[in-house]
Amino acid sequence: MRDPTRLEPPISEVAAPFWDATRERRLLLQWCTACERPVWYPREVCPGCLGSMLEWRESQGHGVVYACTVEHKAQTRALEAPYVVALVELDEGVRMLSNVVGCPPDQVGVGDRVQVTWEPLSDGRRLPLFEPVD
Amino acid sequence: MTSLRGRAAIAGVADAVSPTGELDSHGRALEAQVIREALEDAGLTLADVDGVCHAQSSVGLAEYLGIHPRFTDSTNTGGSSYEVHVEHAAAAIAAGLCEVVIGVYASTPRSDRRHGRSREFQRPPGPNPMVEWELPYGMRMPMGPYALAASRHMAEFGTTSEQLAEIAVSTRAWAALNPRARHQVPITVDDVLASPMQSSPLHLLDCCLVTDGAGAFVMTTAERARDLPKPPVYVLGAATCHDHSMISQMPDLTTTPGVVSGQGAFRQAGVKPSDVDLLMAYDSFTITALLHLEDLGFCAKGEGGAFVEGGCTAPGGLLPMNTNGGGLSYTHPGMYGMFLIVEAARQLRGEAGLRQVHGAEIGVAHGSGMVLSVTATLVLGIEGTLS
Repeated sequence: MRDPTRLEPPISEVAAPFWDATRERRLLLQWCTACERPVWYPREVCPGCLGSMLEWRESQGHGVVYACTVEHKAQTRALEAPYVVALVELDEGVRMLSNVVGCPPDQVGVGDRVQVTWEPLSDGRRLPLFEPVD
Repeated sequence: MTSLRGRAAIAGVADAVSPTGELDSHGRALEAQVIREALEDAGLTLADVDGVCHAQSSVGLAEYLGIHPRFTDSTNTGGSSYEVHVEHAAAAIAAGLCEVVIGVYASTPRSDRRHGRSREFQRPPGPNPMVEWELPYGMRMPMGPYALAASRHMAEFGTTSEQLAEIAVSTRAWAALNPRARHQVPITVDDVLASPMQSSPLHLLDCCLVTDGAGAFVMTTAERARDLPKPPVYVLGAATCHDHSMISQMPDLTTTPGVVSGQGAFRQAGVKPSDVDLLMAYDSFTITALLHLEDLGFCAKGEGGAFVEGGCTAPGGLLPMNTNGGGLSYTHPGMYGMFLIVEAARQLRGEAGLRQVHGAEIGVAHGSGMVLSVTATLVLGIEGTLS
């Protein structure tokens, strides 16, 4: 699925640690230490308490498919349809949009267990994707 | 606590659409055309107008028209912007900030493409997390997020593609009664299921059109509306809610903020879903309308699929829904909410021709914008509903 023309995400200032960790295939999540809850997507303040007591913790990258769709027409030339776009609910409780790869698209369903896998980007970062857990 | 109930009324409406899907006019000229028609419908002139609503540029529009309004609203909540404008205008009129408000929308994506006209694309100011966290994954917009919601609804409640298709079929049956609709030829559930898959489980006929279109409304005080030529369409209740911007931040993909805006508008109006004679519920996709039926309380959560079976929302059905033919078959220029208001007003005035819902007294216009993000619910009624 590697394709150098895939839209590569910009790096927001607050999310720089997230993207740096992807170079080592590590998935980081922000946690608010006051609320003791994960925050996704990365922000300067906790959306619950507006506090700035946020720290990065490593996620094991395990989760479940919360919702999924098979795109039958590619949104960009970088991707070859059909492919799966899914909302993955990590075991920590946050939901990320991603792709589920490593199996035929029609084999992916809501409730499937998945784990993170990494697609290289041109600048050494990696994009977190997910694949089924056997 | 003061209520908006019955304080302001829609006094004039107009819209411009074509069965070809294309209009000759565009931009400000098209906006001015439907404003002129809505003012004529209301029996008012531009000189009466002291409030302006426009989802991109109420200030620019007022300058173009040469008016100096004392109420201005450029709120943009996507397709529900126009329900929000009616809510805000009703509040401003009730508070005495202004007396005659116009709202307008025009968009011509279909002819723009054919004529090679560039479309002004206005990105909201500030950071845009969608570029960093969603766009790299190739989700088609706008159908991808709605497909995700449909997949979740199917998994949680057993909703089927056949049930979603029933909505497209019933909506087309209304369009068959509307000579101005883009698509008027009846379709079957099988036709929907046989149409090309877009973002699964949504087929092409589960998706709204891409057409040119424009619409406008004129609102004023209840007192002044009674002296105008057309019967007033009163705002009985109005409420808005939003709970996310990006689909990955939606708290529950099977429940929209329409639960909150719907309850708010119904409470204010003093009516319940069983009192509603017609429902104009934003149908960007079949799943969108199904979620609205549940969240507004026309059926329980998870029972929308069974509710729409057997033509329940079609002509002659229990709940007339999207009687103009909807975003699925009438028109959908991008932000369709204006047309919900125009059709509800026409039905409540008894002007809907072959598709008239006889004896319609209470109508609901329920807009939803962006990716199930922002809902705004209007409960509208005729004179007899005020007492």
